[in-house]
Amino acid sequence: YIHIINKADMAASKGLKILVGCKRVIDYAVKVRVKPDRSGVVTEGVKHSMNPFDEIAVEEAVRMKEKKLAGEAVAISVGPPQSQETLRTALAMGIDRAIHVEIPLAQLEKLQPIHVSKLLAKVCESEKPDLVILGKQAIDDDCNQTGQMLAALLDWPQATFASKIEPSQDSKQLRVTREVDGGMETIDVSVPAVVTSDLRLNEPRYATLPNIMKAKKKPLAKMSPDQLGVDLQPRQEVISVEDPPVRKAGAKVESVEDLVGKLREKGLVK
Amino acid sequence: FQASRAASLLPQLLLRRRPASAGAFALLARPASSASGGLPPLTTEIHPGIKRGAFSQLTDADVSAFEAIVGGDHVIKDADEVLSYNIDWLRICRGQGQLVLRPKTTEEVSAIVRHCNKRRLAVVPQGGNTGLVGGSVPLFDEIVISTSRMNSLLSIDPVSGVLVAEAGCVLEQLDREAASQGLMMPLDLGAKGSCQIGGNLATNAGGLRLLRYGSLRGTTLGLEAVLPTGQVLDCLTTLRKDNTGYDIKQLLIGSEGTLGIITKAAILCPARPKSVQLAFLGLDSFQAVLDTYRLARRSLGEILSAFEFIDSESMRAVKQNLGLSCPLGEHSFYVLAETSGSNETHDREKLDGFIESVMSMDGCATDGTVAQDAGQFAHLWSLRERIVESLLVDGYEYKYDVSLPLADIYRLVEHMRTRLDGRVIRTAGYGHLGDGNLHLNFTTPKFDAKVLELIEPHVFDWVRDRRGSVSAEHGLGLKKSQYIRHSKADFAVRVMAEVKRLLDPNGIMNPYKVLPDE
Repeated sequence: YIHIINKADMAASKGLKILVGCKRVIDYAVKVRVKPDRSGVVTEGVKHSMNPFDEIAVEEAVRMKEKKLAGEAVAISVGPPQSQETLRTALAMGIDRAIHVEIPLAQLEKLQPIHVSKLLAKVCESEKPDLVILGKQAIDDDCNQTGQMLAALLDWPQATFASKIEPSQDSKQLRVTREVDGGMETIDVSVPAVVTSDLRLNEPRYATLPNIMKAKKKPLAKMSPDQLGVDLQPRQEVISVEDPPVRKAGAKVESVEDLVGKLREKGLVK
Repeated sequence: FQASRAASLLPQLLLRRRPASAGAFALLARPASSASGGLPPLTTEIHPGIKRGAFSQLTDADVSAFEAIVGGDHVIKDADEVLSYNIDWLRICRGQGQLVLRPKTTEEVSAIVRHCNKRRLAVVPQGGNTGLVGGSVPLFDEIVISTSRMNSLLSIDPVSGVLVAEAGCVLEQLDREAASQGLMMPLDLGAKGSCQIGGNLATNAGGLRLLRYGSLRGTTLGLEAVLPTGQVLDCLTTLRKDNTGYDIKQLLIGSEGTLGIITKAAILCPARPKSVQLAFLGLDSFQAVLDTYRLARRSLGEILSAFEFIDSESMRAVKQNLGLSCPLGEHSFYVLAETSGSNETHDREKLDGFIESVMSMDGCATDGTVAQDAGQFAHLWSLRERIVESLLVDGYEYKYDVSLPLADIYRLVEHMRTRLDGRVIRTAGYGHLGDGNLHLNFTTPKFDAKVLELIEPHVFDWVRDRRGSVSAEHGLGLKKSQYIRHSKADFAVRVMAEVKRLLDPNGIMNPYKVLPDE
């Protein structure tokens, strides 16, 4: 599957069509607890919100619209019924419409990036975006795979860990600055392409009240994995989930003399 | 909020959003006061009219006696160390206490107080030292009795919600412990990272959620205290209902350490809400603030847990002095409306209804946002919780905390702003609108007696004339004891003096505070 767009000057065209991925995850500030049967973590009744990197992706798409680099921004989420709330947040930030690929509860826990990337690839076939922006990784599984797998499935170029996205010098491509171990790497990618967002790409905006109200009326389409013809057979089995080892308690001392004494005891001070 | 995942990620995320509620007071860098090389002036210089009471002088024999009670390590005599216990959080007071004692148990407190009573030595009980009326530090050479080492959580009953703790437990830590049992402390204030529950009780602290959970007078089921004679008063019941005799603990709650030292408390903790939502609105008139409040009570009713207002001057202070960013444009007023409930879907629906009403009501909120995640939630709250800190950066802060009929709240701010025009850096008004409680602050680069003269007693007279309270929640301490009759009838004050005489015949317990000197 190859999708070629008219490589006209990007600034003059009606703008890129952007597809943004949003995942509903446990809120980053929540203290995560492992289920007593060690099969996973407790999600029932726990505060969830949009994956922070996806918020950054949504923000980037909205900014590109504001800069007239993009014409339409569509948000997509693969998840349970509550993922609709995540999509409403994206809509409230300025996304035009949303797509929810609803996953039945039974299959949710076994969902892996390989499945998500296949679902996204199928949606790309019909939506034909010029740019897909995903968060670089989800803070619940830290996989950092979906963007890369999606690019491979579509045979599109990928620019991961983006900290800046702008038109290239000749305006025919995208110039992406990437955060890599050695520093920053700048590459030009042709569209369509997959980009994944890193922390420093932008600071997401607050959803304003008028936009929160408008978001309720924006289109939100529902799809199922069956309709998209993707098999969600799990490829991995989670054997157990455990807490990291408990930090051993330190000893509190009441005075400087005590401290010196203890340091001597442990042979750390002569 | 306890952050624990993706540890490498988190510090960066926190830096971005700058959530500041966790231990805000503990972390802030307090600006040096301008007078005398960075130290505040001696309180006795600011109030030369107050004379030292007929108390004994501290002797070596006394120090040895204290060392025998708490151990040499917990008797602080070193001048540099003792200094910090003599200066209040606002840095407007500096006492001349020579000695700080740090007992670990009620028995030690009792022995100390018994000795001081016998010897007629004046004492000041001190918890987190975050009080705002100079009530927690010495004036002359009073001995500081610190409850900081009495910091054990004794029990939490997840069924009844009763938490029993020693007085030196820090509020934020108690809240964390409560959270592990699905409970929460019934009060919350900006000083939570440093203030101790004993001090909260002694000052009947109010805070951000009094609107929803009520005052400590209702949520404290029992307490244990050491009276000025050294006797231990054990009223530490965990019963919800106990109508057997006079409720003496109510005398101690709000007594600001003048009737005894609270050593343990039993608090009724509400269930921790599963869903907390926050709306932040920009409005252009105080009438709009009042209309929004009425709407909030009608549409959010039982889930409303906080309703705070901030004026443009206060917002300017947090932006300029602390560099915090406000997601809304410039408005005359800002409102924080928080809901706490057991069901996120229901609460979001109610909040949506409230927002729709607010936006369609003429002259109501024109601009606003709803926090979408914990980071935004913490950041928006920091815009309110860090106002005090931001004002301190200006230099010297004159702080007032009054209760007034709702319609008069901002009239006072505008009146004083006009009165002090050109003499102060700013006049900031904000507060617990839902409780009718205004926090009114003025700032100057350094202490200016002429400015103080323009403010006091005028501001108190204005409040008295509208039958308000000259101290809604901060207490009287040292700074407002002379104004008690502005809000209490003379006979009531005399009855209070009788109670004080009864419980503290030698007057050693936190003298010069709360009741006027006569």
